[in-house]
Amino acid sequence: MTTAVSATPRTSRSPRLSTTGPRRGAAAAVAYLVLAVVAIAFLLPFGWLLLASVSDQASLKADVPHQLTLRNFADVLTGDNLHALANSLVLSLGAAVLTLVLAAPAAYPLSRYSRRFGRPILLGLLFATGLPITAILVPVYGLFVQLELLDSIPATTLFLTATGLPMAIWMMKNFMDEVPIALEEAAWVDGASGFRALLRIVLPLMLPGTTVVFTFTFALTWGNFFVPFILLVDPAKQPASVAIYQYFGLHGTASYGLLAAFSILYSLPVVVLYTLVQRVLGNAFALSGGVKG
Amino acid sequence: MVAVDLPESTRPAARRSPARGRRAAGRVLPLVPAFALIALFFLGPILWCVYASFTDVALTGATASTPHLVGLRNYRRMFSDPAFGQSLWLTVVFVLGSAVIGQNVGGMALALLMKSRHRIARAVVGAIVVGAWVMPELVAGFVWYAFLADDGTFNAILHAVGLHGKSWLYAMPLVSVIIANVWRGTAFSMLVYSAALSNVPEDLLEAAAVDGASSYRRLRHITLPLMRRAVMTNLMTITLQTLAVFTLIFVMTGGGPGTKTQTLPIYMYQSAFKFYQLGYGAALAIVLLAVGGVFSVVYLRMMREEV
Repeated sequence: MTTAVSATPRTSRSPRLSTTGPRRGAAAAVAYLVLAVVAIAFLLPFGWLLLASVSDQASLKADVPHQLTLRNFADVLTGDNLHALANSLVLSLGAAVLTLVLAAPAAYPLSRYSRRFGRPILLGLLFATGLPITAILVPVYGLFVQLELLDSIPATTLFLTATGLPMAIWMMKNFMDEVPIALEEAAWVDGASGFRALLRIVLPLMLPGTTVVFTFTFALTWGNFFVPFILLVDPAKQPASVAIYQYFGLHGTASYGLLAAFSILYSLPVVVLYTLVQRVLGNAFALSGGVKG
Repeated sequence: MVAVDLPESTRPAARRSPARGRRAAGRVLPLVPAFALIALFFLGPILWCVYASFTDVALTGATASTPHLVGLRNYRRMFSDPAFGQSLWLTVVFVLGSAVIGQNVGGMALALLMKSRHRIARAVVGAIVVGAWVMPELVAGFVWYAFLADDGTFNAILHAVGLHGKSWLYAMPLVSVIIANVWRGTAFSMLVYSAALSNVPEDLLEAAAVDGASSYRRLRHITLPLMRRAVMTNLMTITLQTLAVFTLIFVMTGGGPGTKTQTLPIYMYQSAFKFYQLGYGAALAIVLLAVGGVFSVVYLRMMREEV
């Protein structure tokens, strides 16, 4: 996970300004020291998670376990919990795929046609990205009750997609802007429709951007707790986030080891996905096209 | 950002209306599915929320099926409700403390510290800080609950250096959730500021250094002014994100002890889903939306040139 900071190739050219050399060295030492302290401070809260997950008698203490065990992981991968992880996968994959299918065609005219056409729409989308989704959940619950959509995984997926779409369209449009239009013009001359040009030329050329939007939506949905917590009441339909919370409430203090193991298993997919995307695409993910400062 | 505009002349300037109609359809049709979904599940609920906030609609009981219009009763109740005032205040403190001060200043400091450090140091520190950000919010909540517990890691550390710990989640609940949120969100600001820093021209800083400007003055008069836009955009983004934080607080304190960490999202949840007063919850949601809307408009004004 190298972060977005890798763009300073000049540092190797160090022997400039030799007068400030010693002071510069001291400043660097202080900086390294501070960075080390920060890194440790950020790392400490993780300690309990890792230690408790492999401990046979886990509590809230971050004790070194008497006996290392992987039993917590084995015990937590039971039928119900696996089912919850599968529900998470269905929700997240569904939302991510649907987002791409809807956002790509919507972003295309916004990127390609005149600003006078797209500008008000883009401004509206940008405004929508700022609204707190948390607040919309109260009326959505009312809507779901009236339309008898509570406990419906497809309806929940649609809601999660809708709330992510403004950001997704905005990001897609930004990535699309980077694809030169000349190639499509050639395709148009050859008689290809706008849709074919999008599918065959633009989308393949902006594959990194598409991957970012996909990962972004997937990770946000996977990590979402509040939406499924409200809209999916039936335990058989709940994703892992809600299942872990309920599990914790039900079994309480007796099973911190299981809680930690479940939390790690649940976090793993998004961490792995983020790392992979970061490795392959470099800095693109860091700014997600959405925040171009 | 490159705004690829088709010069009007490259398109066949069709004066005839059928062709123009087809072209308009070609532009609008691809937008329809996405915007239909947004209208149904995003815009629709907001409008319903406005309506519901003027009714006594509830989750159970007589008013669940036949809600009555009650005018401004929910809003009047809200403004005379001390719990609302308190939760508004807690939300302001939470946003100021964890986003505007914590994440923003922390992210800037980290970005500056990491600039021109060794590649490996940047990778390691970056991975740890970003790791806290990538973790699902729920897990972050559990992790901090355990970290600050009576016999948790933090008290163990304090004990090891001879200090007496506390029940942090009871003694200082708001500070606890603020620090947890700083831990979770600093990575975002750090990434934004690192990218912005790498766009500050190096020769400008070198020229100033040759002229004898101290590193503080270079930061104050060159780096920060050049990053102004990034700072403003980032401040808006993290303010909007922090305003809506629910899960982290819900897991760590549940809004308590008592109502000491009951920010607006938590209060809204409790009114609507625990006390089943959907109408009152809707009025609270409208306030939350309005606050978000105001910030969003400011954000929009700053991004206007980019669209």
